[in-house]
Amino acid sequence: MENISTQIAQVAPLEHYIILSALLFSLGVLGVMLRRNVIIMFMSIELMLNACNLLLAAFSAFHSSAAGQVFVFFIMIVAAAEVAVGLAIIVMIYRNIHSIDINELSKLKW
Amino acid sequence: MTQFLFYFLSFVAVAAGLMVITAKNPVHSVLYLIIAFFAIAGHYILLNAQFLAIVHIIVYAGAIMVLFLSVIMLLNLNKDNEPAKSNVLKLAAAVAAGLLLVTFTGTLKGTESIIAAQPYDDQIGYVKALGKVLFNDFLLPFEVSALLLLSAIIGAVVLVKHDLK
Repeated sequence: MENISTQIAQVAPLEHYIILSALLFSLGVLGVMLRRNVIIMFMSIELMLNACNLLLAAFSAFHSSAAGQVFVFFIMIVAAAEVAVGLAIIVMIYRNIHSIDINELSKLKW
Repeated sequence: MTQFLFYFLSFVAVAAGLMVITAKNPVHSVLYLIIAFFAIAGHYILLNAQFLAIVHIIVYAGAIMVLFLSVIMLLNLNKDNEPAKSNVLKLAAAVAAGLLLVTFTGTLKGTESIIAAQPYDDQIGYVKALGKVLFNDFLLPFEVSALLLLSAIIGAVVLVKHDLK
């Protein structure tokens, strides 16, 4: 048991997983702030969700607790539901204003 | 060897993530996002979480990315006609994201000392062990998530349908 414990720490220390996840999350935030295309903003949100998932899985593996991985599973379910509804909303927006530029949506009324 | 694999996968994930937010063509963004997702699936395998790796590939590369691509093709958006933001706004966004990165690493850095006492169990990521946890401790959230998916399907159909009557 002790042998495997040092084995997983040899792959990478938990610190590196934290830095990697923080980097991916910041990239997602940057994408949301930088772009005006709704679909690319949506993809950036997916990137943020995946950064959180990766960190949850890393903590779960280092903590020897399956609960973290179950939560990753639930986050994936919520992400799938979110993509289905969100893309439907984007299609509807495109039908109404014939653009997916987010600045066109600053007036919600028409 | 595995250590090298970790840094290689990390580099691929971050580089692909960078390309997702900088690519001009939305279709290229989707393809780079698929690369990033496969790198993250590799990370799950390195973490001994086989079930998560499989589900991640099926759900993200198989379902979500197909949905993204089909919407881009449906709306005929595979060309760059996106007006650029001003340079001041871009700089402000980069500074804000960098500050967020510093905050996250600073906040989370102290957490690794908490977990030192746990003995490592390499079985938790397997389907058998995870299924037992999922259907014993997390049965109610599991059933509720089925309802969530059903309502998402109905909501998507209702949203895009032209005339419901």
